[in-house]
Amino acid sequence: MTEPRRDAAIRVEGIWKIFGERSRQAMEAIRRDGLSKREIRERFDCIVGVRDASFSVGRGEIFCIMGLSGSGKSTLIRHINRLIEPTAGTVWIEGENVSAMGAEALRRLRAEKIGMVFQSMALMPHRTVRDNVAFSLEVRGRPEEERIRTADRALEMVDLAGWERKYPDELSGGMQQRVGLARALAADPAILLMDEPFSALDPLIRRQLQGTFMELSAELHKTTVFITHDLDEAIRIGDRIAIMKDGVLVQIGTPEEIVTRPADDYVADFVAGISKLDLVTAARVMVPFAAYVQAQGPQDTTGWPVGRPEMKLNELVDLAVATDHPILIAADGEPVGVVTKRALLRGIQGRDEERAA
Amino acid sequence: MADKAFDWLNPFASVNLGIATWADGIKQWAISNRELIQPVKQFFETVIVAIERALQATPPLVMLAILVLIAWQTAGRRGAIAVGTCLVVLGLLAPEAWGLAMTTLAIVIAAVILCVAIGLPLGILAGKNDRFEAAIRPVLDTMQTIPAFVYLVPVVMMIGIGNVSGVIVTIIFALPPLIRLTSLGIRGVNPSVVEAARAFGASPGQILRKVELPLAMPTILAGLNQTIMLSLSMVVIASMISVKGLGNEVLRAMGRLDAGKAIVGGLGIVMLAIVLDRITQGLGRSGRDRGHRHWWETGPAGLVTALFKKTT
Ligand SMILES: Nc1ncnc2c1ncn2[C@@H]1O[C@H](COP(=O)(O)OP(=O)(O)O)[C@@H](O)[C@H]1O
Ligand SMILES: [Mg+2]
Repeated sequence: MTEPRRDAAIRVEGIWKIFGERSRQAMEAIRRDGLSKREIRERFDCIVGVRDASFSVGRGEIFCIMGLSGSGKSTLIRHINRLIEPTAGTVWIEGENVSAMGAEALRRLRAEKIGMVFQSMALMPHRTVRDNVAFSLEVRGRPEEERIRTADRALEMVDLAGWERKYPDELSGGMQQRVGLARALAADPAILLMDEPFSALDPLIRRQLQGTFMELSAELHKTTVFITHDLDEAIRIGDRIAIMKDGVLVQIGTPEEIVTRPADDYVADFVAGISKLDLVTAARVMVPFAAYVQAQGPQDTTGWPVGRPEMKLNELVDLAVATDHPILIAADGEPVGVVTKRALLRGIQGRDEERAA
Repeated sequence: MADKAFDWLNPFASVNLGIATWADGIKQWAISNRELIQPVKQFFETVIVAIERALQATPPLVMLAILVLIAWQTAGRRGAIAVGTCLVVLGLLAPEAWGLAMTTLAIVIAAVILCVAIGLPLGILAGKNDRFEAAIRPVLDTMQTIPAFVYLVPVVMMIGIGNVSGVIVTIIFALPPLIRLTSLGIRGVNPSVVEAARAFGASPGQILRKVELPLAMPTILAGLNQTIMLSLSMVVIASMISVKGLGNEVLRAMGRLDAGKAIVGGLGIVMLAIVLDRITQGLGRSGRDRGHRHWWETGPAGLVTALFKKTT
């Protein structure tokens, strides 16, 4: 939300998607009278897939979109490479207006700048793993020798060297999605679009692939839009998270912001069960040092454990168990705040009353 | 209505819309446009004759060997044995049976080539466009259900008797399954695979060639198999408009109650049908059924390939 506009790799502005024959009329009616989703279905027989979505993704950022099934995530992400035409709104990729592109420019953008991974994997069953991975190069007419070299390198990145000549149905589900990832990475695109890439996999395999993805991502710094219906996954992977409900982006923020300051009851319900230990920082639960001194009188802080403001609750617990004193939070050698045991426990619970009191 | 009193209980007898005369006008139109129709007819006649010449010029044993090898390639060892047996039986039916079979085969080949040329594009169109599919479906139903004799007459009126009319009549009857199954095959392609191809920058033509047609191919080949079988089933009717071959034997046997000719013609057609069925049924196996081996890695071609690999 606070991204400088110029540096955004992807900027989505006021996207609406209304499915149905009479989507134009429905759009006008919404603009005029502000109809609800249900009224639109009854009056125009149209379905509102995405409702006025705006966000931007900075270069190299991982942007998660989280929401329940049917909330419009797949519809929204398909606007970025224009697999779906918006009813209203504009998408910009690195300053270029995707909505205004001609057919050939759009195909070039898809083949060279954007890689996509699908929940259903969507590999081509009649092509070898290598030919699947090299598909985007093949449609751009690259020579065979380059296609093989590029595909094999991409397969190596996802630990599938040696499987080039196999067919997709000879691979396990997890390996198939590795192929999907390799296909998205093959053309070395600047942007990755991932539509619930790991949702169809067993929990164990899912963890493995998340690991592979995060390693690659730390190495390659691709701008990524990552869709998931799993908040844990969103928190683990995302630099920022957008929560989507019924086609609306209800909140966009860092994982810590989403968890500690949910925008409404819907988000609050969602994040209620999330562990705050590795998410919330000392800065969020501490009492400012001046306020503490004012309330408790001057303090002798020798012997107090000292933490930093960006320390997670988990690390503060480690400091706290060793002593009976509160934890002193210091930045650049200056004390800036105090975390009492009570504030720490409340912080783990996700409640804020110590600060409010 | 003018000359007879109008009968309310039988109004049809006194109404004449002149449809018969109007239809007769088609014949007049065809006659007056002879110079337009004749060159086209001549072209197709030349093609059919050329195919027949080639088939007749090949010595029967060479032809037999070629067909058995093709069957081995497409349908495996057992298919090859069946094809070989049927061809030997066909040849032994009567001294002239082989030649008659080749004439019939030439007509079938010509009809099937034209069916593919017409049916594949129409089938693809029907697979991609719901409106076109809805429009063409009743036409296909009609083509398959109306008796051949109904369109035999107009076709002969426009083009005259002979091979070309025979091929046209055959196409009308044999074309529908190819269109239907091509459309079905295209519609059956997993939409998420097509979407992935689009997401990686493929153009509509590339999606058709690299994704849709390969994935629809087993279904399309099943349609081709049916088209070939239906073409063969038309040979007796086609012989009524002076097409030579096995069908003509059956027709003449019917006229004279000649049991010998009937058996030669009838069994000959059956043998030819089994041969063509065996060869084309094997084509439809998907890559998965073949254990992901390419066609040149199996059958006689596989032997040759292996031999090459060994010597190099
Ligand atoms: N092509 C379509 N036609 C009509 N409705 C659609 C279409 N695609 C999606 N929808 C509807 O839009 C809503 C959002 O779907 P989707 O984007 O697939 O949700 P998600 O990916 O979050 O599960 C759903 O209610 C769905 O039924
Ligand atoms: Mg989805």
